[in-house]
Amino acid sequence: MRRALYLAALALSVTQAQAATILIRGATVHTMSHAGVLKDTDILIRDGRVAELGSHLGVPAEAEVIEAHGRAVTPGLFGGAARLGIEEIGLEPTVDDYALKLGSMRPEFDVTGAFDPDSVLLGVARLGGVTFVQLVPSAEAGGKAGPGGTIIAGQGAVVRLDGSVAPARALFIEMGGAANALSGGSRAAQLMLLEQAITEVRTPKLLLANDARLLTPAGRQVLAQYLAGHGRVVFDVDRASDIRQVIAFAERAQVRAVIGGGVEAWRLGAQLAAADIPVLLDPLADLPESFDSVGATLENAARLERAGVKIAFSFADPEAHNVRKLRQGAGIAVAHGLPWEAALAALTRNPAEIFGVADRNGSIERGRPADLVLWSADPLEVTALADEVFIQGTRQSMRSRQTELRDRYLPKLRAHSAR
Amino acid sequence: MKRVYCFLAAVLLSACATHAAKPAAAAPAAAPPSGTALYPSTYQVPASPPTLIRNATVLTGTGARLEHADVLIVAGKISAVGTQLSAPAGALVVDGTARWVTPGLIDIHSHLGVYPSPQVEANSDGNEATSPSTANVWAEHSVWPQDPGFRTALAGGITTLQILPGSANLIGGRSVVLKNVPAVTYQAMKFPDAPQGLKMACGENPKRVYGANKNQFPSTRMGNMAGYRAQWVEAQEYLRDQDEYQKKLRSGAKDAKPPKRDLRLDTLAAALKGDIIVHMHCYRADEMAAVLDMSQEFGYHVAAFHHAVEAYKISDLLAEQGVCAAMWADWWGFKMEAYDGIPENIAFVDAAPAGCAIVHSDSEEGIQRLNQEAAKAMTYGARAGLTVPPEQAIRWLTANPAKSLGLLGRTGTLEPGKMGDVVVWNGTPFSVYALADLVFIDGALRFDRAHPEVAPLSDFLLGQPAAPGVNP
Repeated sequence: MRRALYLAALALSVTQAQAATILIRGATVHTMSHAGVLKDTDILIRDGRVAELGSHLGVPAEAEVIEAHGRAVTPGLFGGAARLGIEEIGLEPTVDDYALKLGSMRPEFDVTGAFDPDSVLLGVARLGGVTFVQLVPSAEAGGKAGPGGTIIAGQGAVVRLDGSVAPARALFIEMGGAANALSGGSRAAQLMLLEQAITEVRTPKLLLANDARLLTPAGRQVLAQYLAGHGRVVFDVDRASDIRQVIAFAERAQVRAVIGGGVEAWRLGAQLAAADIPVLLDPLADLPESFDSVGATLENAARLERAGVKIAFSFADPEAHNVRKLRQGAGIAVAHGLPWEAALAALTRNPAEIFGVADRNGSIERGRPADLVLWSADPLEVTALADEVFIQGTRQSMRSRQTELRDRYLPKLRAHSAR
Repeated sequence: MKRVYCFLAAVLLSACATHAAKPAAAAPAAAPPSGTALYPSTYQVPASPPTLIRNATVLTGTGARLEHADVLIVAGKISAVGTQLSAPAGALVVDGTARWVTPGLIDIHSHLGVYPSPQVEANSDGNEATSPSTANVWAEHSVWPQDPGFRTALAGGITTLQILPGSANLIGGRSVVLKNVPAVTYQAMKFPDAPQGLKMACGENPKRVYGANKNQFPSTRMGNMAGYRAQWVEAQEYLRDQDEYQKKLRSGAKDAKPPKRDLRLDTLAAALKGDIIVHMHCYRADEMAAVLDMSQEFGYHVAAFHHAVEAYKISDLLAEQGVCAAMWADWWGFKMEAYDGIPENIAFVDAAPAGCAIVHSDSEEGIQRLNQEAAKAMTYGARAGLTVPPEQAIRWLTANPAKSLGLLGRTGTLEPGKMGDVVVWNGTPFSVYALADLVFIDGALRFDRAHPEVAPLSDFLLGQPAAPGVNP
């Protein structure tokens, strides 16, 4: 009885959130599935799902109709490997949770536990058409204040901007010159440390004789999962020679690697394609910001795509506040040779596939929870805004703390302008 | 040769002038403004053929949009903007069909050269963070002309940029305005006779760098204010001592002894006299209002608040006092004082009567696409009912920063007699797909997307096996 009541209550709450039947009529639907681009197409959303996808669908009596007039509908966008919900404000330690600084190697550190679905950043990002991000921990060197992190920054989940958390996790490892301070001063020690950690996982007997072990028992368990192919391992690395090392390491260790950053990845397109290693790249990186990125070019995305490498976009500096800017980067990649559909894939289907959420994100398909955006114009254009956003079946409010601020001060401006 | 629109442009310029910032206190006529005569510019306008850009959509920067219009550049200057202009002998003729032409873009807030790429400690020269007032330092003495970021900014249509010291200090030092031309010395980039600026900073940065990190003054916002005021008081005394000395000299007094020269007070005194233009890094509305009261207290003018993420809360006050706001389109939240940023900020400042909005970068990435930053601001503004057409919005990146730098008489618009600083775009600049095809500085072609070798790579990138070549 109690259980039945509970289920009824649950059903009611779900109904309240998702009850509306909505017909988006006459849209250009970029499904990012095998169906491709569907022009003059209707999307019927019922019980939170894409119930029908086709032309000239009938209008159910209870349906609210949104006339698209040819406007584009895309899957909800990826906001990159980001700190959304784990960094409310920069430079404030009480609301910044993305970096573990215990001084020991802790792959078991899962930054997802800090995720705050009530962060006002989520609303701002939703208005930008972003519906999912990969949470990313960062490793930071210690200082006078105390210990720092290690090259293994920890794990993070894909979170959706309705506040839900996907089950899969990815592990983040920092490499290259920027991580020298985390590996005793030399990048050569980075693979050395990783090899040692793997040895601890795979040869537990050695541990008995070794007090200088890197990992805790929990850390060994977690790393073992990634070594068994469960979950992606993202290597944050830019220099071509370092990427080459990671390709070889991933083969040896049998991990499902992703290159994060990958400023010089375009120089290794064939090798990355052959190893089936995707690249999470910053579409705006075109300056030699360090000696690891002398080969920076805005054509990185186009060249990798031509080489057959799966790419997704993500800012090199993990974003929290401006994940909405990532689609501008996608448009810029188009201006520098990337086909438009490939750019959209790098914001939708590709990251969903890379991070194991392609069953619910990254494409629009019948029967799936509606996770999509209706755009005012070309979705990659800086002159376009999201008109409607659905996340995992729920239509989103198009308000945020920023629109509240705007609307508080708009009347004052109007009164002043009218004088 | 027709000159149909010259008249129109002149009218718009005078209309523009009524919106101009309050002139700063008049400079003494005799002495040249400090810093323009010293370490003088060695920039030379190269000889270039006349250039006629034909049949383009032209945004003049004066508020006009001309369709199927021509722009003629002769001897490094804008000669005419109109229709059916004829090409002088030997002219380079550019087909502007389906292209847009704008004045060269101006970034009023850049750290290129002082925080160059690669970002190595050895070249990190933007903040003399050893004292809260370093009015004695000049950013130009830190500029590394080989920063590869100058070239990528050029590919984004930037022809003029102000290089500022960073914001660690209450008073960071003097800025320099550069022409975005490749050079071995900064003097060869220095915008001839451009006034220098003074960088000052509000808020979190100075109090964090000194109070939180070094446990010294200032550690609070009230400390910040007391810090600036103490500096201005010293500068007033310095000016008084100099005046008294001059008086004694004139009266033939035998005991006339020049006051001891002080580089820090030289700068502050020049700012009080209006010879050096004050640019102030400030985020919060309440702090900007306090700084404006301080400028009244000491009788100087703030040309622009930089960053100004809360300018939308006081757009009326800024406009009334003739102060520009130099802003990002959408940065916010990266620290507490940026938490209230909204993407309509620029449109709000623009919408206030006589408001002066500027799009700035403060970023080696953002400077490459100020046009797109403006497009975002237009888009968010329009959604709030604040529609700004392209011919007005282009002023955010051209005429308004030129005005704020004291250079509107020389660049920032396409009007006859002005510098031939011109960008030919592949279409509307207010698009994510916009690319600058051609960039002219003083009439000389400095960037040509079809011929990337026109813009040489930085020395730093030469011989680097990984360098991707000359593709911008």
